[in-house]
Amino acid sequence: MELLPTIWFIAIAVLWTGYLFLEGFDLGVGMLMKLFARNNTERRVLLNTIGPVWDGNEVWLLTAGGATFAAFPLWYASLFSALYLPLLVVLLALIFRAVAFEYRGKVDTDSWRNRWDWAIALGSFFAAFGVGAALALTTTGLPLNANGDRVGGPIAWFSGYALLGGLAVVGFSLLHALAFLALKTDGEVRHRARQWLVRLLPVLLLPIAAWALVIQFMDGKPWTWAAVVLAVGAAATAWLLARKGAEGRAFLALGAFLVLGTTSIFGAVFPVVLPSTLDSAFDLTISNASSSDYTLGLMSIVAAFGLPLVIAYQAWTYWVFRRRVSAASIPEAHSFLPAVAARAFTTKG
Amino acid sequence: MDALEIARWQFGITTVYHFMMVPLTIGLGLVVAVIQTAWYRTGKPEYLRMTKFWGKLFLINFIMGVATGIVQEFQFGMAWSEYSRFVGDVFGAPLALEALLAFFVESTFLGLWIFGWKQLKPAIHLACLWVAVIGSALSAYFIIVANSWMQHPVGVEMINGRPVMTDAWAVFTNNTALVAVPHTLFGALAVAGGFLLGIAWYHLWRRRHDGVDTVGPDGRVIPGEDVRIPGRDRTDHSVWIRSLRIGAVVAMISFAGTAVTGDLQGKLMFQQQPMKMAAAEAACHDGTGFSVLSIGNVGSKNCDDVVAVIEVPGILSFLARGDFTTEVKGVNSLLPEYKANYGTSLPDNPIYGDRAGQEIQYVPVMEVTYWGFRMMIGFGGIAALAALVALWLTRKGTVPEARWLMRLAVFGILAPFGANAAGWIFTEMGRQPFVVAPNPDPSGIDQVFMFTAAAVSPGVSAGELITSLVALTAVYAVLLVVEVKLLVTYIRGGVVSAMPELGHSPVDENEDETPGPGGNGDTKPAEDVLAFAY
Repeated sequence: MELLPTIWFIAIAVLWTGYLFLEGFDLGVGMLMKLFARNNTERRVLLNTIGPVWDGNEVWLLTAGGATFAAFPLWYASLFSALYLPLLVVLLALIFRAVAFEYRGKVDTDSWRNRWDWAIALGSFFAAFGVGAALALTTTGLPLNANGDRVGGPIAWFSGYALLGGLAVVGFSLLHALAFLALKTDGEVRHRARQWLVRLLPVLLLPIAAWALVIQFMDGKPWTWAAVVLAVGAAATAWLLARKGAEGRAFLALGAFLVLGTTSIFGAVFPVVLPSTLDSAFDLTISNASSSDYTLGLMSIVAAFGLPLVIAYQAWTYWVFRRRVSAASIPEAHSFLPAVAARAFTTKG
Repeated sequence: MDALEIARWQFGITTVYHFMMVPLTIGLGLVVAVIQTAWYRTGKPEYLRMTKFWGKLFLINFIMGVATGIVQEFQFGMAWSEYSRFVGDVFGAPLALEALLAFFVESTFLGLWIFGWKQLKPAIHLACLWVAVIGSALSAYFIIVANSWMQHPVGVEMINGRPVMTDAWAVFTNNTALVAVPHTLFGALAVAGGFLLGIAWYHLWRRRHDGVDTVGPDGRVIPGEDVRIPGRDRTDHSVWIRSLRIGAVVAMISFAGTAVTGDLQGKLMFQQQPMKMAAAEAACHDGTGFSVLSIGNVGSKNCDDVVAVIEVPGILSFLARGDFTTEVKGVNSLLPEYKANYGTSLPDNPIYGDRAGQEIQYVPVMEVTYWGFRMMIGFGGIAALAALVALWLTRKGTVPEARWLMRLAVFGILAPFGANAAGWIFTEMGRQPFVVAPNPDPSGIDQVFMFTAAAVSPGVSAGELITSLVALTAVYAVLLVVEVKLLVTYIRGGVVSAMPELGHSPVDENEDETPGPGGNGDTKPAEDVLAFAY
């Protein structure tokens, strides 16, 4: 077994898990802007729980993508080109979502805010769905030829697994967001988030559990089956904790569910990184898709220092902004009067 | 258009667009960090106002750079999968390191800066901005290391037809990158300089125009105030005159910086990519003269139509070699060398699709390289000259009343943007027909190269590419309108648009005394949690 490609397979699994863990809840909060929040103050409560951290969370996606390019260029090239249109949708969704966060509060009218709220909600939904579909397809396979290129046209990638993966990440994100809001807010929003969490948990985890099971039936190993069992245990624990009102621990138990779930999925498909549905001889594996040991060694050294550092300062950010946000802590929206307009106004008056 | 051409247009459009936002992010970020440092050290209210105002504009622009940056990373795999497969071993590493070591730093610490005005101690809050700014500069370094490898491949060996990294030090200290990084950073600062200058000029002009500021018999400004408008006081005058002077000085220093580093780049490029530099000069024949103006069909492939109208002898040699006499090879003598080394037609390989067997056009599109090169230098020079004139005109503390001068200063904001875009278009189109350029220079490895025609994703259809080209261009166009409108609104609003607290109590006199933001415990909890809320 090759050591460095294995390490990098694990590293990429860690990066994707980190992405789903962190951006999971901020994508979910984005969707909840339209599904959950009842008025502008509540929307601002939601936004400000993720305000300081969403951009840092999104970099996990860039790092997962960049690491895949560097460590497994053939995997990166085949996956990204095969999923051209769905990834285009993800990109557009992420663009609108990012801009919306920043621009939403910059003009004080309801129509302006409403437009950007939709951008946040839909952007979050399509980003979560698209990333989930892409991840599911890299575990279940794409119609790739010997060169690793997709055959069969622009939507040849489509299958039930794409839908399942999309729903899996959307469902998990919504749930993790509810747990996060219960943990990070106070007052009515906190109360309602907890209620929704308890009520929706069994339903929203179904697709991700189904994805994990499908993979186990395809490629499962005894230890990955064990991870699935543990994941189900973590989900049940999360549900009980949420009922009890232990918000912090419920959030962590859901996180543990995610980690165990992705472990069972990545562990099962190992060492294949992207199967071909046409011929298993065309499968991309950690051996035939990876970079040289020299490159992987260099990256390992940098990542060994860099990744713990990232985790440390991101954790510090969450510590700095650890206080709960509530409707009472939202300052009034200010509509500034531009100097020019203000002058016209005051001279008239 | 076939898939290749659409993919190239898409990469060009998305990259030039992305690089409208990025230089302003890098340059303005540094300027805001310096201003906030000045506030931290002196406690002067104008520095706080400048930090908030320029910081607000910085953020409106920053997010667009972030949003469009993701497209860049994904695009290599989506549209250029053969390129990704070919270069992945060496090209992927700087991209991954950029995300791991630069983007995380930039985004996390900027989040801390935006939301941490009250939560963090002033020194730590300031340090967060500096760390974010360093993160931006680091990201510039990593992405230019990646780009420079395409211009000048080093540190690899060819194994099974692919370049494999054997010397990371060579890749990360590529001489092409070491001069391109400061060139790009100075280019970014030039953008920020022009931005400050133009906007500050507008506000000083507005204050004069509205009769707030007047001019004494000696021509010196007498700052006044307009109590009806929040924040339009004497401090406001300091905000704009200081911003203007900082902008002008930054613009001039950065032009000098781009000139020095650009000269070093030119000398390297004459060795590493002689065809690109010959095309930049539309230099068909060997010689020593620098063309100030060439006419005729600069774009013609065989060069015979190009006539240099004004040519300064010796200058081309100086640009290339540092003396006035060495003959610099022109297109006509380079062409046979390229054909001998890299072939006359694209190989009969399925990777080239319909283009297999076609004749290779080694001469880049000369209208683009020739005029791109001159626009870069021209716009950069005009901006620097304008900055010098601006400093002179404002030596007595305000701007002249003339409206056309104000308009010129505001339009001048665009010049450094133009210079940046022209420079990148020149250097990337000048690299064609290669995506990874071969280097006759002994420090590069000559037989590592890739034709752009081989780089595009074979499995992706022209229909998919046109879909994304149209979608991205349309979305980018809409967002550009939104960004510019927002910027204009906030700019016209002045400092109060970024500091609504100025409007609540017309002039907060405490502001003059407090040396830093109140990190004490007596602020209301509401402000404590969300000082800079969304």
